[in-house]
Amino acid sequence: MATINVEKTHTGGHSDAHAHDDHAHHQSFISKYIFTTDHKMIGKQFLVSGIFWAIIGGGLSILFRLQLGFQDMNFAPLRWLLGDWISSTGSLDSEFYLAMVTMHGTIMVFFVLTAGLSGTFANYLIPLQIGARDMASGFMNMLSFWFFFLASVVMFFSLFIQTGPAAGGWTSYPPLSALPQAMSGSKLGMTLWLISMAIFIASQLLGGINYISTIINLRTRGMSFSKMPLTVWALLLTAILGLLAFPVLLSAALLLIFDRSFGTSFFLSDIYIAGEALPHVGGSPLLFQHLFWFLGHPEVYIVILPSFGIVSEVMATNARKPIFGYRAMIGSLLGISVLSFVVWAHHMFVSGMNPFLGSVFMFLTLIIAVPSAVKVFNYLTTLWRGNLIFTTGMLFSIGFVSVFISGGLTGIHLGNAAIDVQLHDTYFVIAHFHLVMGSAAFFGMMAGIYHWFPKMFGRMMDEKLGYAHFWATFIGVYLVFFPLHYIGIAGFPRRYYSFTNFDAFSGFTDLNMFVTVAAILTFSAQAIFIFNFFYSMFLGRRASANPWKSNTLEWTTPVEPGHGNWPGEIPTVYRWPYDYSKPGAREDYIPQNIPYAMTPESNLPHENEMIDREKDDDSIIVDDETKH
Amino acid sequence: MFGILLALGAVVLIAVLLLIFRIYSLVNVARGTDKVRVSKSNKVNAILFLVFLVVFGGWFFYYSFSAYESYQLPFASEHADDYESIFWATTWITVSVFILTQILLFVFSFKYQYKKGQVATFYPDNTKLEVIWTIIPAIVLTILVFGGFKVWNKITDAAPEDAEVIELLGYQFAWAFRYAGEDGQLGAFNYKLVDPTNLMGIDFADANAFDDFMPREITLPKGRPVEIKIRARDVLHSVYLPHFRQKMDAMPGMPTRMWFIPTKTTAEMREELKNPDFNYELACAEVCGRGHFSMRLTVVVLEPEEYAKWFAEQKEQTFLKTNPEYLSFVPAELRELAKIKSGMETDVKEAKSVELSQN
Repeated sequence: MATINVEKTHTGGHSDAHAHDDHAHHQSFISKYIFTTDHKMIGKQFLVSGIFWAIIGGGLSILFRLQLGFQDMNFAPLRWLLGDWISSTGSLDSEFYLAMVTMHGTIMVFFVLTAGLSGTFANYLIPLQIGARDMASGFMNMLSFWFFFLASVVMFFSLFIQTGPAAGGWTSYPPLSALPQAMSGSKLGMTLWLISMAIFIASQLLGGINYISTIINLRTRGMSFSKMPLTVWALLLTAILGLLAFPVLLSAALLLIFDRSFGTSFFLSDIYIAGEALPHVGGSPLLFQHLFWFLGHPEVYIVILPSFGIVSEVMATNARKPIFGYRAMIGSLLGISVLSFVVWAHHMFVSGMNPFLGSVFMFLTLIIAVPSAVKVFNYLTTLWRGNLIFTTGMLFSIGFVSVFISGGLTGIHLGNAAIDVQLHDTYFVIAHFHLVMGSAAFFGMMAGIYHWFPKMFGRMMDEKLGYAHFWATFIGVYLVFFPLHYIGIAGFPRRYYSFTNFDAFSGFTDLNMFVTVAAILTFSAQAIFIFNFFYSMFLGRRASANPWKSNTLEWTTPVEPGHGNWPGEIPTVYRWPYDYSKPGAREDYIPQNIPYAMTPESNLPHENEMIDREKDDDSIIVDDETKH
Repeated sequence: MFGILLALGAVVLIAVLLLIFRIYSLVNVARGTDKVRVSKSNKVNAILFLVFLVVFGGWFFYYSFSAYESYQLPFASEHADDYESIFWATTWITVSVFILTQILLFVFSFKYQYKKGQVATFYPDNTKLEVIWTIIPAIVLTILVFGGFKVWNKITDAAPEDAEVIELLGYQFAWAFRYAGEDGQLGAFNYKLVDPTNLMGIDFADANAFDDFMPREITLPKGRPVEIKIRARDVLHSVYLPHFRQKMDAMPGMPTRMWFIPTKTTAEMREELKNPDFNYELACAEVCGRGHFSMRLTVVVLEPEEYAKWFAEQKEQTFLKTNPEYLSFVPAELRELAKIKSGMETDVKEAKSVELSQN
């Protein structure tokens, strides 16, 4: 049968088979939308929570950008929100400034780009793309979300307490974070931060174990690792990184809790503060930094890997062309994952650790640039001689490659210890990671949302609004983050409330103002997305089952897949996911569940040999299909 | 009242916009635009990518050259020369890769936009190409790594024997520093001895501490190696000397160090920049609390002769001499030595009377 009938054959073909999801119709509101064990709903829960946190995290950045761009600004009109953090003369409290920077980092890295990104897409896509009814453990999956929710509640609550939220930077290096005398953010705010992070880590581990076991055990017939979409590969490696790295952060957090509350001296030594010498001796602040970055560096790959996967998928679909170098893409994902565990100390070149260690980590860090470069070249070659359809998802994928290049290249500066001595903790670092990790991961997330929205909600997002959103965001992130390179080369240190004290850093007031205005505009432009997202969820155009003419399995489900995903049997997989524009094929795509037996016109020689094996493996299904 | 009107106006405006949007989407449905695989917007997006490339590319070049003076911080140490050469070598390499890849990305996006009847090339892999673009970056990066090793080893190596040694301590939210004095040896310290005057916790049981002095400004000789021993006494700080391209964290419980050779005096730099108010500055680069942004210290670099003169004046003002009450921390058997070394001996009577008043 020809591929034209694919959808009918593969989604409706078995509708007379007894439907698996009968009980789905009798779900109460609570079991369907709140304490749900359906991976699709849990994915959406993560997505909506992620959007909520992105607004909070982005809003905080606007507040502190105002302080940086307009040093003499009168904040009095914001007193309804910020209360006593605004002085009687209308200036922002310098410690609250640090608190906002800290919370912006924590929220964006963990709550938006970890939970919001991999939480959403790992949950939503893994079972659909590997052909599984649900996650290995739906209950653990539910727990994972509710632990995240609890962590969110605690973190959100900490924003409003009188002594303020944690303020020692998202890295929360002790002794600053360990000593309540050092700053008011290290009082209750830091305790809540640590509690929230501990719960968050539990959520990550529950989710990660589930993703890994689902991918290893629940792949449908024929879905070998070498036929798995790159999204699933990326999400698998993300989960493995999280599983290995997060427990180390937990140990750091626990030891910090001990130091704070039980008088131990893991990270504290020789401290004289607030007029008294503390009894702590023998601890090492460096130890915390090692533990933190042992998670912290894999964490940036936890953030970026899912975007790699999403972009590979969206780009191949909309370029109507196989992703270039599928195996090299997997290889570079593997390479990045392994190397991400041996580069952490490049955050610590000037921390006082042994300089020899610095040399080793400089070497390893620059090696990790190689697989990243391979990925970029492969994306470029995927576009080469394609037939590009600029859906909003595709625009964000191209934008992803652009910002990933821009931010990635400055990593070569920072990974070089000799250069990092000057640039460490300056705005150059801010520019680097906001482009390569922040913006790139955000673009990947947006590409994913626009691409899979029709599957999630059965409706299309408005394309025109999507285009407006993309262009405003794309131009916006460059206007916001690119100028920071210059400010960084000029040596401006990060986490400075004001630069007026220093002659060396007194320039660039105009550029700082420019960045602030650009940040406000870019942030406001996200309203277009928010509107489009919620409007289209209820009133958008109805989607077809496979609106992008894509190959992966999730598009073989009904428009709105129910509990169990496929009404009949789960489709069998016969081919890799990137048979786009195959020479000789009648359409420019051949979904993964189409056997080679049905596409003699486009089969390559070695694929014709597969036909016999297809029959042996699963004669019933192949016979069934040939009847049509 | 005005506020309510404003809110009402905003609500009406949003309602109107919503209505327009709704009508527009329904019209689109009626016209069947959703049935078309690719709309005109595809072309517009493709063109916008090119426009973006040209406008931002042009801006990037224009600004990078025209603003060079404002982002290129003047520098004045031997290490800074090394830093500048390796920074700019890396920058030129990355900028060329940046330009090449961004051009390819946007030009491909424009050139290969959807055309009816056009079929994408089925091009799943090419091992040769992939090997090439794995090996080339690897070679370039290796070269950069070795350049980095050289500079890194140089700056982290032990300071030369004849280095001028200064101890610098960060605390919330200022710096304290001391010079070794006549004997060239810094005295021991103990954080438990810190008090509002003895900021650095100098231990006066150690004879080397007797002639240590704490001047008002950090002063360095031009052309001679300077080693800074770094400590913190409460939280982390970081010694950041932007003009010398130097940075090192300060940690309680674990002393660190840095060394460099200043190459221009403050006066020379003032001349060069035509800025009579120029000063070398020291900043804190590790977040340390509410006053983090205000931990400023000026650093003075003098010609060696001027420095010798300054040093000779300053070494008279030893800590013990200016704060004679700390003699009581000196063990009795060393007290005489302390008086001599600290320069109190020149006025024995005074020293005696101080001692008496202490007892």
